[in-house]
Amino acid sequence: MNETLKKYFRMNRLPHIWCPGCGNGIVVGALVRAIDKLGLNPDKTSIISGIGCSSRSSGYLNFDTVHTAHGRALTFATGLKLARPDLNVIVLTGDGDATAIGGNHFIHAARRNIDLTTIVFNNNIYGMTGGQYSPLTPTHSKATTSPYGHIENPFDITELAKASGASYVARGTTYHTLELINLIADAISHKGFSVVEAITACPISFGRQNKLGNAPAMMKWQKENTISVKAASKLPAEQLAGKVVIGELYRRQAPEYTAEYQKVIDRVTGGNGQ
Amino acid sequence: MSQTMLVQGNHACALGALAAGVRFFAGYPITPSTEIAEILAKELPKVGGKFIQMEDEIASMGAICGASLGGFKAITATSGPGFSLMQELIGYASLAEIPLVIVNVQRGGPSTGQPTSPSQSDVMQARWGSHGDRGVIALVPSSVQESYQLMIDAVNLAERFRTPVIFLMDEVVGHMREKLVIPKTTPTIINRRKPEPGELPYAPGPDGVPALPPFGEGYHFHVTGLIHDETGFPTGSPEVTEKTIKRLHQKLENNMDEILRYDELHSADAEYLIISYGCSARSAEEAVRMAREKGIKAGLLRLISIWPFPSDLIEEKCARVKKVFVAEMNYGQVTGEVTKVLGRSKVQPVLRVDTQMITPRQILEAITREGN
Repeated sequence: MNETLKKYFRMNRLPHIWCPGCGNGIVVGALVRAIDKLGLNPDKTSIISGIGCSSRSSGYLNFDTVHTAHGRALTFATGLKLARPDLNVIVLTGDGDATAIGGNHFIHAARRNIDLTTIVFNNNIYGMTGGQYSPLTPTHSKATTSPYGHIENPFDITELAKASGASYVARGTTYHTLELINLIADAISHKGFSVVEAITACPISFGRQNKLGNAPAMMKWQKENTISVKAASKLPAEQLAGKVVIGELYRRQAPEYTAEYQKVIDRVTGGNGQ
Repeated sequence: MSQTMLVQGNHACALGALAAGVRFFAGYPITPSTEIAEILAKELPKVGGKFIQMEDEIASMGAICGASLGGFKAITATSGPGFSLMQELIGYASLAEIPLVIVNVQRGGPSTGQPTSPSQSDVMQARWGSHGDRGVIALVPSSVQESYQLMIDAVNLAERFRTPVIFLMDEVVGHMREKLVIPKTTPTIINRRKPEPGELPYAPGPDGVPALPPFGEGYHFHVTGLIHDETGFPTGSPEVTEKTIKRLHQKLENNMDEILRYDELHSADAEYLIISYGCSARSAEEAVRMAREKGIKAGLLRLISIWPFPSDLIEEKCARVKKVFVAEMNYGQVTGEVTKVLGRSKVQPVLRVDTQMITPRQILEAITREGN
C-alpha cells in the first residue's frame, strides 16, 4: 500500500475479511484516494456503513466510524449530519443494504437532498450470506434463492437516486479505478445528496453461480460492457442496449437540507441560534 | 420565578426534554404521541436544536442514534406500532451504548389496536421487545407534573448509564391536562462522560459504564452492533461476549440506588397493598383513600422506575401485608413480575383491557372482597 494512504486505515484491523478477487478493496482504495485528493480533515469526517460485505469497510477506516444495522446507514448518517453539519459524512453500503432493506431510507435521504455522500458497492448479490438475489441481481441470473433463474427486474440505482431527488449521481467500476476516484471526489465535494454506484465483482458468491469466470474475467466484463457518458451521448438508443453507462450521470444545484434547516433556526431566533 | 401552566402530559414531556438539554428529535407521527413531535418541531429551532420527521420509526431511531453519536442529547416519541418498529435499533443502542430516550405513549394493542385509547400493555415490550439479552431502564410517569420532571431524569439516566431509556407514558397521562409548575431552580443535568486520554471507547469505568466521546473531535472510534471488545471492534470471543452481555445488565442492576424511583401512600401499616403505575396509579390512590375511610388498612406502592424491575423493593414493602393487588391496564404484565417475587397466593390482579380506565371502585371492590 502507498505509504501516504496508510494513515486513512486502521492498519491493525487488516487484513480484511473479503474473498479473493473481491472488488470491495478497490472501491475503498478509490475512496481514500478521493479523500486524500480533497484533503479532507480526517477528524471531521465520519464513515457510516450498513450490514453486508462492503459495509465491513467502516471498521478498516481510520475515522469516526459506525457499522450500523442492516439497511439503516442512511438513517444514522441523516441524524449525524443534521446534528453536526460541520462533519463530512460518507455512507458505504451494498446493493441489497441500500435498495432492499434500506430502500425507503435511500429514496427519502435523496428526496431531502441532505449533504451525504453515498457509495453503493453494487456486486449484484448478497455476498455475506452466500449468494442470494438482491434488487440488483440481473433477470435470469442464478442465485441460491433463484436456482432456476431470477424472474424479477433489477433496479437502476442511478435512476432511482435521480428520480428521488439526489443532486449528484454517478456510476463507476472497479476496472475504471482512476475515474472512480474522481467520481467519488466530485460526489464528496458536491453540496447535497450524492450517490456513486460502484460496480464491483463478486467472483465467489455471484460469479461462480453464473459462470462469469474469475476476478480478472469479471473485471474485463466491466471494461467491455461499459460506455462513457460522453460516448453514449453520441450513440442512438438502440446501440446502447446492454451497455452500462459510466461517469457523472446527473448533477444539479438544489437547496441542501441542513443549510435549509439552519435558515429556519436563524429565522426563529433572529440570528441568535447556534 | 416558577412558571405555572395548564398542559397535556405530552406537552410536559416535551418541555422536560428541552429542560434536560435535548437538542435533537427525530420521529414519525403516531397517535397518541404526536403532540410531543409537534411541540418540539416548534420549540427546538428556537434553542438552536434540530427536529426531523423521518420516513418511519426505524429511521427515527437511526437518526437519533446518529445525532447522539454527534454529541447531542436526542430523543424520539411514538406509540405501540412505532415502538415495535423501533425495537431493532433500540437493541443496537443498548449494545453500542448510545444514550437516547424513547418515549412510548401507550395505546391499546396488539397491531393498530385502539389508537386513541389508553393501555399499559407495552411494559413487557419495553423490557423484552428487542432481540437478545440486555439491561433496560424504563420510567413511568403518572401525572403531567411528573411527565416533566421524570423526563429530565430519563435524559439524565440515559447519559449517566450510556443506554437507551424507555419513557413509558400512556394515553391518559399523555393527553390529560393538569397543572404543570416549572420550578425556577435549574434542574440537575447529567452529561455523558468523555474519555480520559488513552481510555478505550468501550472500556467500562468502575461503575460498568464506558465513556463516550462525540464524533468530530479526533477520537476516531468505531461503533458497531456486533459484539465488540473494549476497543469497540467486533470479536467472536466467548469470554468477551459473556462479559459484555453481563455488563449490559450489571451496569444498571449494580446502580439501582441511582435508578430506583417509587412513591408510596399509607404503606407503613397497610394490610392490603396496591402496586400500580402510570394512569392506573391515579385510581389506586383514590381507592386507598376510599378504603381508609371504610377503616380498611390499604396502601399504595407506585412504581416509577419499572425496569430494572424493583424486586427487592417489592419484597421489602410486601413482607408484612396480607395481600397485594396489582392494578394495571393490561393482561397482567407487572402482575407476573410481582408474582415471581411474592408467589401466586399473595398476589391478586386487578386488570382491565377494554380501553377504559381502571376505576377506584373496581380496585376497592377487589380489596373489600378479600377483606371479607
